Amino acid sequence: MGVWLPIGEIAAKVQHGELKAVDLVEKSLRIIADKEEYKAIIALTTDRARMRAQHLDERIAQGEQVGRLAGVPFIAKDNFLVFGADTTAASNILKGFEAPYQSTVIEKLEAEGAICVAKANLDAFAHGSSTENSDFMTTKNPHDPERVPGGSSGGSAAAVVLEMAPFALGTDTGGSIRLPASFTGSVGYKPTYGLVSRSGVVAMASSTDVIGPITMTVEDAAAVLDVIAGRDDLDSTTIEREESYIDLPTTVVGKKVGVIKEYMGEGLDPEVKAHIESAIEKLRASGAEIVDISLPSLPLALAVYYIVCPAEVSSNLSRYDGQRYGYTYAEANNLDESFAKTRSIGFGKEAKRRIMLGTYVLSSGYYDAYYKRAQTVRTKLIEEFKQAFDTVDFLLGPTAPTTAFKIGENVADPLKMYLTDIMTVAVNLVGVPAISIPAGKSHGLPVGLQLIAPQRNDRKLLAFAKQAEGVIG
Amino acid sequence: MNKTMAKLTRDDVLKLARLARIDLSEEEIIEFEGEFNEILQYVEQLQAVNLEGYEPTSQVTGLVNVTREDQERGYGYKSAELLKNVPATEDDQIKVKRMIG
Repeated sequence: MGVWLPIGEIAAKVQHGELKAVDLVEKSLRIIADKEEYKAIIALTTDRARMRAQHLDERIAQGEQVGRLAGVPFIAKDNFLVFGADTTAASNILKGFEAPYQSTVIEKLEAEGAICVAKANLDAFAHGSSTENSDFMTTKNPHDPERVPGGSSGGSAAAVVLEMAPFALGTDTGGSIRLPASFTGSVGYKPTYGLVSRSGVVAMASSTDVIGPITMTVEDAAAVLDVIAGRDDLDSTTIEREESYIDLPTTVVGKKVGVIKEYMGEGLDPEVKAHIESAIEKLRASGAEIVDISLPSLPLALAVYYIVCPAEVSSNLSRYDGQRYGYTYAEANNLDESFAKTRSIGFGKEAKRRIMLGTYVLSSGYYDAYYKRAQTVRTKLIEEFKQAFDTVDFLLGPTAPTTAFKIGENVADPLKMYLTDIMTVAVNLVGVPAISIPAGKSHGLPVGLQLIAPQRNDRKLLAFAKQAEGVIG
Repeated sequence: MNKTMAKLTRDDVLKLARLARIDLSEEEIIEFEGEFNEILQYVEQLQAVNLEGYEPTSQVTGLVNVTREDQERGYGYKSAELLKNVPATEDDQIKVKRMIG
């Protein structure tokens, strides 16, 4: 049993005056301070959090209903625009940036009474799988401080596992919510593309970026999604939501689950495989129908991703030019020098790597061979997922081929680091929802099980994941 | 099929750096040249895929041309708030370096 009740219970108790929002905020801040050495947190929003908590308690004392997340503290990845602290995306180029407005998701969470207490570390601009690409520091895995927590939402996942708050927000462009959830033994939810507004979140690759919660239980993830999902005029890619993501039905029996053949073969750590197979047996024993399924183009997904993602990154990061916000090289003699020096000093190595690769695959003469071709293989991948979902309700596989690796182990080899995402990127390219839930530990390190559903079936996926969590747990 | 098999050279890296407006150190130029070739070699596997009958995808949920009424939305931002992050201003304007040498 952890130090936090389920999110719904916390909110109910705060609303009924049995718990005070101010106490919950202090508790959260105390745990953050006690566990500082894990480097999960970039900045605190202490003053604003205390003020909001006090205000909430006062409104409750006057008999007001303050919302479904009344008094629940949370932590936002530092690529969300939030009042009360700088928004840096863990990059030097955005150091000192004060958000002039808040992300839509933060506004929605605050409107339901949730309170942001801190900003979590990430790989700078969410480029990475370990938080080692943060321009500030590397977050340590709560299960072994010599290992990475996964990335890019590694600070968010570590913070939740360290019990700094009942939930944290992450972003998932190629696996950045699910991978750290897998490496830290938490629940990471990646919604259908477009289900959650990205207004006010630092853009990485706009055709795959999604926002989602990291929690300790599926039920808590559903409670958060229920608040943040839905259309937003400020993000024209948003889609209609389902009516509700909470009060989930309990129906494992009869569900048909396809085990992804391409994720269970070569390259998968034997111990991870054994844990996934054991989870599959438990699901089978509880009444799920399990079949093997093949998506032949899956092994191509990472190559597609590492063309599409840098291409979009090169475009999205062109706005960091030192003129309107962020770091600027003040000694420049002209505008061109200002751009080049600002970006040279302000961007870390991985951002530069992706911007330049993206510039290359989009450049005249190479566009057709790289970018257009990758986007066409993407169509093939989408078709294969559609065909798979004609025969099964869900797809299943590991979230990552290994457990958490050692800090420093992959930094010298970018391609090896990219391969960490081999089991998560396809989901982003196809736009379907997916979740990583804990499936035991191997040598003390958590293993993540990934479940995938068709687009716009988030409720069904959460319901199944909740059941699976109970069976596997 | 096409010319992607060509190896990326030091000159290519320098050209990309110019296009992307990033000054690179000598160390970065050497490092990126090697890494980019390794990554491009990995993505080369896409060249062998038969894509007959497939069109490129860039939007996955089927939305097209999401538009709104051409009306002011009135967010109520004050220019001082929006300008607070600007490195250099003058008379509520963003001030930049000289463009022409």
